[in-house]
Amino acid sequence: MGEKLLMKGSEAIAEAAIRAGAMAFFGYPITPQNETPEYFSRRMPELGRVFLQAESEVAAINMVYGAACTGTRAITTSSSPGISLMQEGFSYIANTNVPCVVVNAMRGGPGLGDIAPAQADYFQATKGGGHGDYHSIVIAPHTVQEEADLMFDAFELADKYRIMVVVLVDGLLGQMMEPVEFKDWVDVKKFKTPEWATVGQGDRAQRNILISFDILAEGLEKMNLVLQNKYAKIRENEVRFEEYKMDDADYAITAFGTVARIAKTTIELARNEGIKIGLIRPITLYPFPEKVIENRASNVKFFFDTEMNEGQMLEDVKLAVNGKKPVYFHGRLGGIVPTAEEILDEFKKHLGG
Amino acid sequence: MDLKVIVNEERCKSCGLCVNICPKHVLRISDKINSKGYYPVELFDNENCISCGFCYLVCPDMAIAEVKKPEFVK
Amino acid sequence: MKTIYKVPSAITSRDTTYCPGCTHGVAHRIVAELLDETGLTKKTVIVWPVGCSVFGYYFIGTDALIAAHGRACAMATGIKRVHPESFVMTYQGDGDLASIGIAETVHAAARGENITTVFINNGNYGMTGGQMSPTTLIGQVTTTSPYGRKPELNGFPLHVPEMLATMDGPAYIARGALDNPQHINQAKKFIQKAFTAQQKRLGYSLVELVSTCPTNWKMTPVESIERVKREVLPIFPLGEFRAVKGVE
Repeated sequence: MGEKLLMKGSEAIAEAAIRAGAMAFFGYPITPQNETPEYFSRRMPELGRVFLQAESEVAAINMVYGAACTGTRAITTSSSPGISLMQEGFSYIANTNVPCVVVNAMRGGPGLGDIAPAQADYFQATKGGGHGDYHSIVIAPHTVQEEADLMFDAFELADKYRIMVVVLVDGLLGQMMEPVEFKDWVDVKKFKTPEWATVGQGDRAQRNILISFDILAEGLEKMNLVLQNKYAKIRENEVRFEEYKMDDADYAITAFGTVARIAKTTIELARNEGIKIGLIRPITLYPFPEKVIENRASNVKFFFDTEMNEGQMLEDVKLAVNGKKPVYFHGRLGGIVPTAEEILDEFKKHLGG
Repeated sequence: MDLKVIVNEERCKSCGLCVNICPKHVLRISDKINSKGYYPVELFDNENCISCGFCYLVCPDMAIAEVKKPEFVK
Repeated sequence: MKTIYKVPSAITSRDTTYCPGCTHGVAHRIVAELLDETGLTKKTVIVWPVGCSVFGYYFIGTDALIAAHGRACAMATGIKRVHPESFVMTYQGDGDLASIGIAETVHAAARGENITTVFINNGNYGMTGGQMSPTTLIGQVTTTSPYGRKPELNGFPLHVPEMLATMDGPAYIARGALDNPQHINQAKKFIQKAFTAQQKRLGYSLVELVSTCPTNWKMTPVESIERVKREVLPIFPLGEFRAVKGVE
């Protein structure tokens, strides 16, 4: 760890990715995350790494796909409409089993929507998004420090499982400035071209073919099973969450990212009034921390899920609770960020009785 | 004498492009049948073949495996 | 006896899956011959397309990828930018390159990416059953232009090399044909120059190859090559459209 710096989230993401060994950035401008590619465009050439502004998000993700097939740490960043355009690439990347990192600074949708912070891409990110049976690892930081830390983990996880890792943030987490301390630089000189990479056969005994394709159903089912086995391992080993004041909690709020941050204030306000609320904050949205929620169902009176969407993570919370306790919900739409007081007021509606 | 045109019969799909292009008309579709059900081409007149290689050049299936030219010793 | 021609070693032992008389195999062979001759086979990554040649990696023995439909030039860009020592090629058809992938192609050319594209133009979408493509000729009947391609309805055929040749990024742009031995030899020379452009890092290179699709044209292979001469080449003339200094 080094010195503490005061940085914008969107720039901390770029700096952390660079320190984590991102060797190539491909992207296309879109608000509210332009500071990230702009930062890459300054820093990558200084380090002799690749920055390329693509002609579209479609091209950008396919450039990432190409670079990923050489085993190079590659990243793109975008926001909701751009991420929608990239879904084709995500699906191909999934079934080709190549690693990469994608940051989605979510904004209000659907359609062109607006540029305000939102969380309405939860389904798209965690359930696949593109065609076919696939998942990406999805991680959701809630502070600038956590954004910086998780970029390192994102690249490690991507390489470990040869999978795409989505870092799900929003404009608020991008624009806010907070003190941040970066982890040590990853020594990129130690990077080796993996055995599976397509860079030309060279001295390898066999040639490498990286494709997401098998014309025979039996073969394609096998490819799918490889993915499903990988996802099972990920669900077993990579679940991350934070429990905040859950030890004595009578009620649990579930929230991620920006809203989880606000919910921490809600919990302070509630506890000042003697209402013991705790927070379960999924850090990995896929794999989802269902066990901790299931276990807490026996301790709390009810769950209160709050998001900047119309109840997307809510469905996963309900599946984890599995009917043992009520699960209530409050969400804001279109890019409106709820206040701590508003969340508390909505929560209180379910007290008593 | 060795054949000037070596045909890989299994690869031939009887498209006839080589027969069509051959300036000496020394190739024809044979009445043999390969494992894919095609009648492979054959060189029926080795003597008049001039080893021009047109058959090799137009063959889309790498079925004309090799074209050879006699070497004359002084 | 002296060997004049022999199937190149970059061609695998697998038989092609193309229809009888389809000229994809000729394009494969001349690419493979050049890989043999330049010694590039083991440095090469080929990005294959979606279309009939999606199986191309069965037949040419290099490291290989299959891009999403039209995205080959973007994928190849990604590879080449992080691995400039690799020899990177895309192999694409007219639906793939000139329709859904035209943006990726034009911008790879504009950036002068050091990649090489072999562009097979057979005037229709072969794999999907012969639908109209951007290079379908005026009047040509396809499964989606059953009354013939009409300019007022479908516009005009796209001339990719002529368009790219107006740009500063490409190092070498040419159009060859695969209908007869002379044209095939010429096409090989064009592709060789395209290879040179990449090896010398001069910029983007593309060679269009006017090809046949006997099955979807509903013609015999011989009728197909006759149609190329009679109907296609007058609209898609052969030649070099751009060659910067250093391309030989």
